[in-house]
Amino acid sequence: MIPTLLGVAILVFFLLRVMPGDIVEVMLLGEGGAVPQNVIEAERVRLGLDQPIYVQFFKWLAGVVQGDFGYSMWTGKPVAYEIGIRFELSLQVAVMATILAVLIALPLGTISAIFKDTWIDYTVRIVSIAGLAIPSFWLGMIIILLLITLFSWHPPLTFTPLFENPAANLAQLIWPALAVGYRYSAVATRMTRSSILEVLQEDYIRTARAKGVFERLVVTRHAMRNAMLPVVTVIGLEFAFLIGGLVVTEQVFNLNGIGKLFVQAMTRGDYTLVQALVLLVATFFIVVNFLIDLLYAALDPRIRYR
Amino acid sequence: MAATSIPTITYRVPKRRHPVMDFIVNQPLGALGLLVIIAMCLAAAFANLVAPYDPLTLDYAGLLVPPSWAHPLGTDSFGRDVFSRIIYGARTALAVGFLSSILGSTLGAIIGVASAYFGGRTDLVIQRIMDVLLSFPIIVLALTVVAVLGKNIVLGIDINLIIAIGVPMVPKVARVVRSSALAIRELPYIDAARAAGFSHSRIIFRHIVPNVAAPYLIMLTAFVAQAILLEASLSFLGLGVTEPTPAWGLMLSGAAIDFYQQAPWMIIFPGVAISLAVFAFNLFGDSLRDWLDPKIKL
Repeated sequence: MIPTLLGVAILVFFLLRVMPGDIVEVMLLGEGGAVPQNVIEAERVRLGLDQPIYVQFFKWLAGVVQGDFGYSMWTGKPVAYEIGIRFELSLQVAVMATILAVLIALPLGTISAIFKDTWIDYTVRIVSIAGLAIPSFWLGMIIILLLITLFSWHPPLTFTPLFENPAANLAQLIWPALAVGYRYSAVATRMTRSSILEVLQEDYIRTARAKGVFERLVVTRHAMRNAMLPVVTVIGLEFAFLIGGLVVTEQVFNLNGIGKLFVQAMTRGDYTLVQALVLLVATFFIVVNFLIDLLYAALDPRIRYR
Repeated sequence: MAATSIPTITYRVPKRRHPVMDFIVNQPLGALGLLVIIAMCLAAAFANLVAPYDPLTLDYAGLLVPPSWAHPLGTDSFGRDVFSRIIYGARTALAVGFLSSILGSTLGAIIGVASAYFGGRTDLVIQRIMDVLLSFPIIVLALTVVAVLGKNIVLGIDINLIIAIGVPMVPKVARVVRSSALAIRELPYIDAARAAGFSHSRIIFRHIVPNVAAPYLIMLTAFVAQAILLEASLSFLGLGVTEPTPAWGLMLSGAAIDFYQQAPWMIIFPGVAISLAVFAFNLFGDSLRDWLDPKIKL
């Protein structure tokens, strides 16, 4: 866990320094104005960009280890603050998309497996293959288009925290969650279907049927429970990457979240912010992976970690 | 003693179908996907014959014209024909899609095979590096590579964009190919080859690589779909293909958003094109997997 994170930190730090043109040039020369060389140099000194790269790296790493991610080079505010004010929004969209995906995927995938090779199965499969093909940012645009043309209504553009005014909050965030959640549910539906199909071949299913267990119980108790492992994995991994996947969708809905912040920071060359964001997402991914492993043991007592 | 009659057994030797025919018969949906892919490739190759207009010609007399006989999918805010831009956009999408997934899959396959074959410390180091790359979301990694490399346009295609889209695929392919290669490495014929004194490179290229061709091909097709999607996303963000080159993602960004109500065709049709392309490659890739090796997990 720690070595992987260190690897991510090293990779992102040095990749960014290879980038042509640093933030000082973007900031001062952005409007095409001529700025004296000594001003540029002074700004570099102020941001600590004049020091050798390895010195910069160890200074930054020393801070990160203590939980200090430094200051945004663009706004001058602490990185933790910049991320903190946007994190709630992105996390909420991600969680809502996950809930939607699970609610759709488990029943649909199971039904599709039970009615394999009937029109129900084909419909579910086509819907889920389409979900993989439709870009979520375009689906978002179509949703907005439909809302405007059918109801002449546009989702609110300013963010209201969930506990302040749930209605206004949901009115804004349910749409991006839907746009992202469709793809997500498609992935999970396919996994549920194939996993249940596999389990239904097992001997204990035949035994259960032979001893006269109701078919409904065979499916819910015997098949679904045992089929959940790969489904949980997929849901967990996709959730870890959802924050990254929001990069484009947030742009469409004009949401001021982590994804939009990342694109901004990237185009401005705001090193400290990009580093912190990448590290955050990678940590999230690794932690979720770890939790999935733990959950495995809970779901399947046959798995034991030593 | 009664003569026992020997029953005659007739064997019917199954007729060996041509592999292409076999694929079409066994995987009708995959064949449909292949058909769409071929149609797209033809449209892209002969874009100048298929497209009724030049995709770059501005027509200020015909801005935002709704779909009609003259402009089947309407025109955009610069008066450019949307249908022609989608046809030419197929060129961009397919070129970037194929080149980046060939690059990513090949690099991943080489790393995966080498990692499995040499084993030990080499394997460990390579796997740790792959772990690091895997913990980036694909689009974040691609965005970083785009920002680091900048633009480098050769023959009208941004080589660095292809690298940026190909790199995130490397660790995934390396993983899958490594696990296939690990199983093959233990087979007796590899020992035999080694005992015969063949060089490492001969064993790798003549004995292992042909046996991991199936996962390689399957991942390659699956990643073309992902690459098309990723290119569209990057172009939409303004960090991929840039104006005036026709590209589907680019057609959705910028002006298209401002004309939601006046010109919905500007955002509907490019998205349909992206979805159809990705759909076709997914369908084909899935069927290819079922046909070649159903056990491979992507």
